[in-house]
Amino acid sequence: MFAALIRWLDERLKLEGLIAPLRHKTVPTHRLSYWYFFGGITLFLFIIQVLTGILLLLYYRPGANEAFESVQYIMTRVQFGWLIRSIHSWSANLMIFTAFVHMFSVVFLKAYRKPRELTWVTGVILLFLVMGFGFSGYLLPWNTLAFFATKVGTEIAGQVPFIGRPIMIFLRGGEEVTGATLTRFFGFHVAVLPGIVTVLIAIHLFLVQRLGMSVPPKVEAHWNAHPPEKREMRFFPNFLLRELMAWYVAMGALGALAALFPWNLGVKADPFISAPAGIKPEWYFLFMFQTLKLIPSKVWIIDGEVLGVLGCSLAGLLWLLLPFFESDKTPRTKVWITGLTIFALVYVIGMTVYGYVAN
Amino acid sequence: MAMLQINFPSSFAARALALAGFFVLASCFAYGQDVNSCLDCHSAQPGHLEVTPEKFSQDIHAQKGLTCVSCHGGDASSYDPAQAMSRKAGWKGKIDRKQVPKLCGSCHSNPSYMKQYNPSLRTDQLDQYHTSMHGKRLAAGDTKAAVCTDCHSVHDLRPPSDPRSTVNPVNVAKTCSRCHSDAAYMKQYGIPTDQFANYSTSVHHDAMAVRGDLSAPTCTTCHGNHGAVPPGVDKVQNVCANCHAFQAQMYQQSTHSKVFEKASLPGCVVCHSNHGIHMPSDAMLGTGPGGVCTRCHTPGDHCDGARAAILGNLTQLDGAIKSADAALRLAESAGMEVSEARLSQDQARDALTKARVTIHTFQTALVEKDIQAGMKIAVANQKAGKDAMIERNHRRIGLGICLIAIAMMLVGLWLYIKKLES
Repeated sequence: MFAALIRWLDERLKLEGLIAPLRHKTVPTHRLSYWYFFGGITLFLFIIQVLTGILLLLYYRPGANEAFESVQYIMTRVQFGWLIRSIHSWSANLMIFTAFVHMFSVVFLKAYRKPRELTWVTGVILLFLVMGFGFSGYLLPWNTLAFFATKVGTEIAGQVPFIGRPIMIFLRGGEEVTGATLTRFFGFHVAVLPGIVTVLIAIHLFLVQRLGMSVPPKVEAHWNAHPPEKREMRFFPNFLLRELMAWYVAMGALGALAALFPWNLGVKADPFISAPAGIKPEWYFLFMFQTLKLIPSKVWIIDGEVLGVLGCSLAGLLWLLLPFFESDKTPRTKVWITGLTIFALVYVIGMTVYGYVAN
Repeated sequence: MAMLQINFPSSFAARALALAGFFVLASCFAYGQDVNSCLDCHSAQPGHLEVTPEKFSQDIHAQKGLTCVSCHGGDASSYDPAQAMSRKAGWKGKIDRKQVPKLCGSCHSNPSYMKQYNPSLRTDQLDQYHTSMHGKRLAAGDTKAAVCTDCHSVHDLRPPSDPRSTVNPVNVAKTCSRCHSDAAYMKQYGIPTDQFANYSTSVHHDAMAVRGDLSAPTCTTCHGNHGAVPPGVDKVQNVCANCHAFQAQMYQQSTHSKVFEKASLPGCVVCHSNHGIHMPSDAMLGTGPGGVCTRCHTPGDHCDGARAAILGNLTQLDGAIKSADAALRLAESAGMEVSEARLSQDQARDALTKARVTIHTFQTALVEKDIQAGMKIAVANQKAGKDAMIERNHRRIGLGICLIAIAMMLVGLWLYIKKLES
């Protein structure tokens, strides 16, 4: 029956022609191959985000007077609404986590090297956009924590010299965080960002498909020295079935988190109360937030916060351009980049943990 | 001439003396307005005669430009005691206690005069004072009765809004207690002297001193200040009703109101006492040590039955609210969304508060009505909490089934891959 259906579709859509390149595509098999799965898991979680986001849109109402109540309605009255909202929230966090893991695995496996510089650049931009998804989506339930986190976050953006204030006013839709900010963030979250991210994912996947999977330099060198030891598996169906297993594991973890730890709704935002003590951003912004907190208010003649924002922006830019600093001709640069990458990972984890334990 | 030569100092000393004299005179002319011989002398006087410029500068009258002369008369510009304290110059000396209210009233009862300093200040204090127990006793010749300066202090008199003022709401009780808690001083009047001690244990004192609520009642709130008198037995409820309006309305509808009036019992005070009013609790309706009904009612009579029914109702609603709170807390800790039920718990609590106010009607049917309104909400909320926990269990069962399905799928995929690659 299934085979007949496939045959019927193949006669009309020429599926074999589409699948044929996939049948020829191979994936290197080595002791570090499992890191390849994280990109796929991130894509899977993005698909989950799109699907659950569409379902949430059926009931969500953007507006300072309705947003909180509509999410409350979704969680208490809509059949399986709690599950959809909880999966959407957990999946967002897991997606950012797996994107970080994917990115650092790419760095440590040196997968960004020539000719994959553009794959790296699109990937890093995707990570920034995904964090933008997190920032804009966090405000949508219009609860107290989200309100003040947005206030602090947009204030930090406002510290950028010259263009900071116009950016802040653009993000907020005015001088203060109000219902106008919520409407604006909703627009970014459900229209602007998904559009850009979909295009970039398409480019990213096209590049992965076009250039194939990267092999770590040491493995590559070993294979070049011992060609019989080179191992590969077919992308379709062998690797794809394994990737499917990884997606199932991710789905199980996501379901368990959503069911056992439903995402909290919090208390409705009140712009007239003072910010809760010890307010912190979401975990993926915590390392930057903690960095800004540790910088003195004045460094020489420069405002500490301005210096922090500029420093973070510069670090982000350098990170984006990472492949262009590495050249095959200068091995010392490679060592430097590996050292800096280890430092970056330790710094991000260390500052995040410090941000959680610090008052 | 020889005498002059002998008595005059050397030319250098003479010039110095002349220069010093010039400066003193110049200073006197330059600062003639600030010369106050009263303070200059009295700042060096011992005991109760001592009034330093620092002390007097704290006085609201000094700050408004009044001087010693304003009350005591005399000539403050003269350093000659005979002139400064001359009766011809209107010097009155120490103001006789009997004359204090009249002296203060000479300004404070003059609206057009007082308007220039504080247009909103009342000017009926002296008239009020004449109606007070203090004023009446003073008029009868009792000089121990309180006069203005006893409460407001003298020479460092601050406005009541100043926290250091003796008549600031926070300090009033202590000021009154200076006389009213002095057993020896009050002996001849035959009234209790434990008011301050009792008040210090009361819910009103707690609100004022601990919670810093300046609107909480102190002595003057119930007794009046300038017209201070003990409220009459039949007027007590009117005094309490100034703040506890709903309770007073309910009490007026009750049988107690008429019975107490006939028996000359002081309304609210019968159950709640006066100065040592403690936070009311449901135990007041009980038969234990805190119970007040059984002081008058015989166990088993009709009214005792009503008391037991009301107490039972209150206990039932209180228990239902606590149970609902516990159920909702449990659901919340399990991550369930019960904020709507949490919010409506406030309505149940309001119903309980309303029922506790309705008690003052002493009508079981009215109390029952409030209780039932609260019970309906509390029971629904408790159910919401329990339903949330049932829902949580359903979720876990659903999760278990899904995880088993996923595990089976993984095993199936793995076997398929193995078969494919074998």
